[in-house]
Amino acid sequence: MQINTAKSLKEFYSMLVIEQKPLDEMYQDALQSFPDECCGFFFGKELEDERIVTNVLVVNNSKEGDKRRRFEISPKDYLNAERFADENELQLLGVYHSHPNHPAIPSEHDRVAAQPYFSYIIISVKENEIADIRSWQLNDNFQFEEEKIENPFIINQNK
Amino acid sequence: MATIIIPTPLRKFTNNTARVSINASNVKGVVDELTLNFPDLKKHLLDEQGNIRSFVNVFVGDEDIRNLQQDHTPVKEETVISIVPAIAGGIA
Repeated sequence: MQINTAKSLKEFYSMLVIEQKPLDEMYQDALQSFPDECCGFFFGKELEDERIVTNVLVVNNSKEGDKRRRFEISPKDYLNAERFADENELQLLGVYHSHPNHPAIPSEHDRVAAQPYFSYIIISVKENEIADIRSWQLNDNFQFEEEKIENPFIINQNK
Repeated sequence: MATIIIPTPLRKFTNNTARVSINASNVKGVVDELTLNFPDLKKHLLDEQGNIRSFVNVFVGDEDIRNLQQDHTPVKEETVISIVPAIAGGIA
């Protein structure tokens, strides 16, 4: 296997560029769902070193039980997301969800359920306020590594 | 041959192929053949006992095989099988 030294020295695993409209839609979902967790999919383009997020699909949190601490997306909604990507010639890039009153860091539950390849955006939300947004991707050892998010309007106060 | 649809996150293990045609009589046969062709898929689809992982749903048409005959669910020539990753998580 070829080892890419430049990449392995990078502080972040990869980079996510989120356009303003999908960013606003995710923030709005996080705020409106508070104190429950929100969830959904995002789509866009995959380039060599970065992923561009252009579209968001807001999905119902189908968790039966405590939606303040857990989220779940139904298989039907998952299949819809794949279909949406197909029909619009977009790449399904990942899943976003919120952590109400908690940091934008993945839990062990997030890690165990995570899929390879997907970017996992986590939005930390307080009442009436977005506190942080960070993105994570599983590496080949099933551990999360952080992706840099590039957007001039991103709230970054916790870093 | 039955068609199996690979979800986006697993396509990096199938050379970016989204649909694979497989000749088999039931879901287990399809999954066995699929993982034989794409060995890197195996640890994402099957647990150590060789059963379909709990975070992986398999649909035959619109029906979860857990509501049919599990991996003994028969498949036919025109059957479309979807692998659907369970998407879940949260603070705790």
